[in-house]
Amino acid sequence: MPCCPGSVSSLSASEVALDDVAPPTAPLSVRVENLHITYRASLERRPTIARTVRRLGRGQRVVREIHAVQGVSLDVHQGEVVGVIGANGAGKSTLMRALAGILPPTRGRIEVHGRVSTLLALGVGFNAKLTGRENVTLGGLAAGLTREEIAARYDEIADFAELAEGFMDLPMLTYSSGMYARLAFSVAVHLEPDILLVDEALSTGDARFKEKSFVRMQELCRRARTIFLVSHGLSTITQLCSDALWLHEGRLVRRGRPKDVVAAYKRYLAVGDSAFADEDA
Amino acid sequence: MSGEVQVYTPFRRGLPALAPYLRELWGRRHFAFELARTEIRTQNTGTGLGQLWLVLNPLLLTFVYYALTTILAGGARGPAYLAHIMAGLFLFYFFSSSVVGGSTSILSSGRLVLNTAFPKMLLPLSVVLVNVVRFVPTLGIYAVVHAAAGLGFGVRMLWAVVPFVLVVTFAAGLAMLFATLNLYLRDTKAFLPYTMRIWLYLSPILWLPEQVPDALGFVRWLNPLFPLVGAWSDAVVEDVRPPTWMLAAGAAWALAALVAGAYALLSREREFAVRL
Repeated sequence: MPCCPGSVSSLSASEVALDDVAPPTAPLSVRVENLHITYRASLERRPTIARTVRRLGRGQRVVREIHAVQGVSLDVHQGEVVGVIGANGAGKSTLMRALAGILPPTRGRIEVHGRVSTLLALGVGFNAKLTGRENVTLGGLAAGLTREEIAARYDEIADFAELAEGFMDLPMLTYSSGMYARLAFSVAVHLEPDILLVDEALSTGDARFKEKSFVRMQELCRRARTIFLVSHGLSTITQLCSDALWLHEGRLVRRGRPKDVVAAYKRYLAVGDSAFADEDA
Repeated sequence: MSGEVQVYTPFRRGLPALAPYLRELWGRRHFAFELARTEIRTQNTGTGLGQLWLVLNPLLLTFVYYALTTILAGGARGPAYLAHIMAGLFLFYFFSSSVVGGSTSILSSGRLVLNTAFPKMLLPLSVVLVNVVRFVPTLGIYAVVHAAAGLGFGVRMLWAVVPFVLVVTFAAGLAMLFATLNLYLRDTKAFLPYTMRIWLYLSPILWLPEQVPDALGFVRWLNPLFPLVGAWSDAVVEDVRPPTWMLAAGAAWALAALVAGAYALLSREREFAVRL
């Protein structure tokens, strides 16, 4: 049993250790084939003419390639809740954005069955000057719903967010950050997505709301929805997920039962980066 | 399960498949309308006069330029001249607000671009839409000034629809072009207001098309707004059919801008998320 990813990172995607994958009888939800995502990042944070001229004068190249995701392949079936863990910069968010169609693959192929809803950041598309009610419409449209679908779900969304009486008709500027996050979360989980991508957003609201969010996520799973959950909270992963992925430097190094993957990841964290670097070298 | 299957593969030669892209764009039109509505509704919140500023801004601007040109000309230039300035300025400010606003539309929507999949072309187009909505009430003011100046109303004024549609197209093209350019060169945003100011002076707005001195004759051909504003002014102020060369030249510029803008945006769209 490998204790550090260095020894398994050389495995090809199809050889990644699979401890226990959810029922293969369920219909396919997401298929990722040999996904590579490479950014050509400018080293200049704010590209301006002056910097371009200076750089050309010195004959420097400022474009650097960052291989954020390298050769990831996986099949995920309906009803699975996939936890995604890994250090900062492991490619977790890039993978989520690729599944959502935000970042196209540099190489490889992604096949997504059904509508994807993202909860990668809270309140995307919201305008704080608008009321909660108007933001539900705006957020829903941003996520790809029609006006009719939003109207049909409005009451449920408002009820779930549990804002104090009258707040849905006040500008969101007047909301506390917790209230803002609750409404944003409520919109995202009521989009009836087939596939929900969640990035570190479960830390929303107070303890009771967190509990409610958990229940809602479990409910989504029971209705044959597929969820990808990126989290640094390892206990969240073991409690909520049926399957876990561990990404390291853009590679899928391990996939399987959440407790096994989390245990392996913890062992890696204990050994630390130095050991990992040695092994790579 | 909705049954839809999406497949994401690397873009070929920079451009996405156009038919699905346009279908997706059309499917998301309500989002663009809602963004535009939001922008208009929230823009003047907190001001005493509220939405009245939509009309007051262009009106005050017209009087500023009328006063300026009257002083420079050394005397009063008559109400018909005021009508000419007003008609041209309203159209020009529609154009410049669309382009300047459009140029920052993607950059300023970073969170949306990073976290939601949608055709980014919606953002600059939504800004153009906002400005079309703002432009419409100014036509009412113009009608009042037109009547007060003793100018007649006639059926040939309907020709104005043609240059207006062409200016909308031209503005949409440039909005997409500069929105893309701004992601690569942030200076674009800083240069644009000055470019627009010079563009205003080089267009037949504060002066009449026939006043162009021979030495500056090239602006007729090199300034896309010369035929576009000229044709607009002919139809709206003079109630005459605009010359065919103006409509043809304007249409050529508008189409060229649309193609260039759409190409720039579509071919670079995949990079936007990492350029913000």
